[in-house]
Amino acid sequence: MNRTLKASVLGLAGLGLLTSTALAELTGDLRIISDMSNPSPRAVMESLAAEFGEMHPDLNIELEIVDREAWKTQIRNALSANPPDVINWYAANRMLPYVNAGLFEDITDMWDDGSLTGLDAVRGAMTIDGRQWGVPYTYYQWGVYYREDIFNELGLSEPTTFEEEIANCQVILDSGRKCYAIGTKFLWTAGGWFDYLNMRTNGFDHHMALAQGELSWTEDEGVRETFANWRRLIDMGAFVDDHQSYSWQEALTFFTDGDATAYLMGNFAVAPMRDAGLSDDQIDFYQFPVITEGLPQGEDAPTDTFHIPSGAQNKEAARAFLQFVTSPDVQTRINNGDNLGQLPVNANSSVDADEFLEQGFEMLSQNAQGGVAQFFDRDFPAEMASVGMEGLQEFMVFPDNLDDILERLEDARQRIYQ
Amino acid sequence: MVSATATVQRRSWYKRNEIATTPWLFLLPGILFFSVYVVIPIFQSVWISFHEWDGLGEMTWVGLGNYERLLTDDRKFDTSFWNNVRWLILYLLAIPAGLFIALFLNQTVRGIRLYKSMFFFPFVLSQVVVGLVFSWFYLPREGLLNAMLALVGLGPVNILGDPTLATYGIIAAGLWPQTAYCMILYLTGLNAVDPEQIEAGRLDGAKGFKMLWYVILPQLKPATFIAFVVTIIGALRSFDLISVMTNGGPFGSTRVLSFYMFEESLSEFGFRMGYGAAIAVVLFFLMLGFIVYFLYSMWREEKGAR
Repeated sequence: MNRTLKASVLGLAGLGLLTSTALAELTGDLRIISDMSNPSPRAVMESLAAEFGEMHPDLNIELEIVDREAWKTQIRNALSANPPDVINWYAANRMLPYVNAGLFEDITDMWDDGSLTGLDAVRGAMTIDGRQWGVPYTYYQWGVYYREDIFNELGLSEPTTFEEEIANCQVILDSGRKCYAIGTKFLWTAGGWFDYLNMRTNGFDHHMALAQGELSWTEDEGVRETFANWRRLIDMGAFVDDHQSYSWQEALTFFTDGDATAYLMGNFAVAPMRDAGLSDDQIDFYQFPVITEGLPQGEDAPTDTFHIPSGAQNKEAARAFLQFVTSPDVQTRINNGDNLGQLPVNANSSVDADEFLEQGFEMLSQNAQGGVAQFFDRDFPAEMASVGMEGLQEFMVFPDNLDDILERLEDARQRIYQ
Repeated sequence: MVSATATVQRRSWYKRNEIATTPWLFLLPGILFFSVYVVIPIFQSVWISFHEWDGLGEMTWVGLGNYERLLTDDRKFDTSFWNNVRWLILYLLAIPAGLFIALFLNQTVRGIRLYKSMFFFPFVLSQVVVGLVFSWFYLPREGLLNAMLALVGLGPVNILGDPTLATYGIIAAGLWPQTAYCMILYLTGLNAVDPEQIEAGRLDGAKGFKMLWYVILPQLKPATFIAFVVTIIGALRSFDLISVMTNGGPFGSTRVLSFYMFEESLSEFGFRMGYGAAIAVVLFFLMLGFIVYFLYSMWREEKGAR
């Protein structure tokens, strides 16, 4: 494995030499601040910087890796005082405050002039006001991860409709297990359930209209239907008890112990599932089932991104770096199972031979005609997301409070989207 | 004669004003830091609270708009405010509890130092550790509390997951180190109790509770005052425990003003600086009330002593 990695590094360096002769030689400093602080993303970022440095020997690359959670608040200082040349962030609404404040460089020209080929599918997520403000480097699917061994034991198959899902769940409950693991202590996991239930009940466009504040939480019939569907699961006792006290990692033990059979999660949950001793024979994945017949399915696929701050010193080098990161070969390699273990954003890249990545890639490329959403806390404006997720958590514990919760969300909506 | 006037003139401005200026010179670093880090930020916060501002772009003047929303229709603010009141009242339990333990430990038996240090131990722990320990203690399935309740046949409770109980659960966790703190204050206070007065009291027939109430407690008044001050301040600084144990949840039921302020202005989904500043200003005036009271009673005390 080590040898193949070395070979691919060499191959890339070679490729780099070829492309760099075509470009004007880059000089000066390139300062990168990255939030890829977990072990394997960190290694990826360091190797990216090293390779880019080899391609451009006259360029001095300074890489600073910041804790991922801390970066969510530090980015403000980093962008306003002595900004670096390249930074990490997230797509969609999360970019909005920085785009509005003029802190992100407009790189629409790169998207238009063909520097970024193969990225058309993800262009929408990088667009605000019809212009593009960065490039994505990785994304991952969401869906239902389930215990294949328990499904086999109970004679269940992957459901494709909500009725099948509920029928399956009844069998699981009768066997003394819970249907879904979830930990809502940090709220966002409940947002995933709402995203899927609403996209399946009312469609992707309805969901996006809701995210943009165009629909009323209290008046809209569709929203009520979504909650009614959710309530069917809650009333069955489908979710694990006391989920409000657990983080998603803590709730994972319900899944690994076999006390809960499925987990609606992002693909990042697979690694800890494997670490906990589950083999690929025991876990499998299915797309969230259809609720309203005939609606094209929308999916959550959160995208992580690179941006150039508008105050960057070496924009030429920064643009070259963005192009390098999104090129097909780099995308194939950094997203493979040994590195990020996620999906490449470039359509010309290949997906690693991994059961979950292959299924996710197929799902997103063939069966997500509705559209690709980022996630509740990235599609909704920050304040709406925090009020909303709190309401969703409350609904999961006290479904009877729905009217009160919806009124609160509606109040928030009227204040936030003025 | 001539030479004398020359020396007078040669004396520098500082020499001539030494008595008046030296205290100010010593105070200067303190004044400088206090104004840069405390006084000026207070005025800045008040200024920001009249605006709508995301911390990046332009500030928009909204006048008293933030306060209007805060005080008329913000349920999060109501919850936070009443939680603060709960903290202030229940946290004071640390004072009698600390006194009780101090009286209990104020004896000379073998190894008393060891017992004292074990009682003092929770205060040495970081609040984060206390919070973690208690949140494990309260865990709904595997927590020690539920194991103990099960022994006496009581059903499982999820204290931190129940919006009506969660705040009390956190306060109980906070009382653990705070009681230890009050205990230490009273232990030192008890050392200073005058044995002759106790002797005199005993001759007059004072025993048990009467002895405590009329003879010992009046002498512990300075310790009680300090214990009161640190407990009130501790109750208003309950941020760390809440952040560690529930993160403000479930559904925001354990927020206090300082946590709400942090959430609005500095958390991941925050950056509503104006609104956060308005909360900070309200919290500041609440604290100011206590501070004025403390300063006033200290001033009265000193005047009485003179």
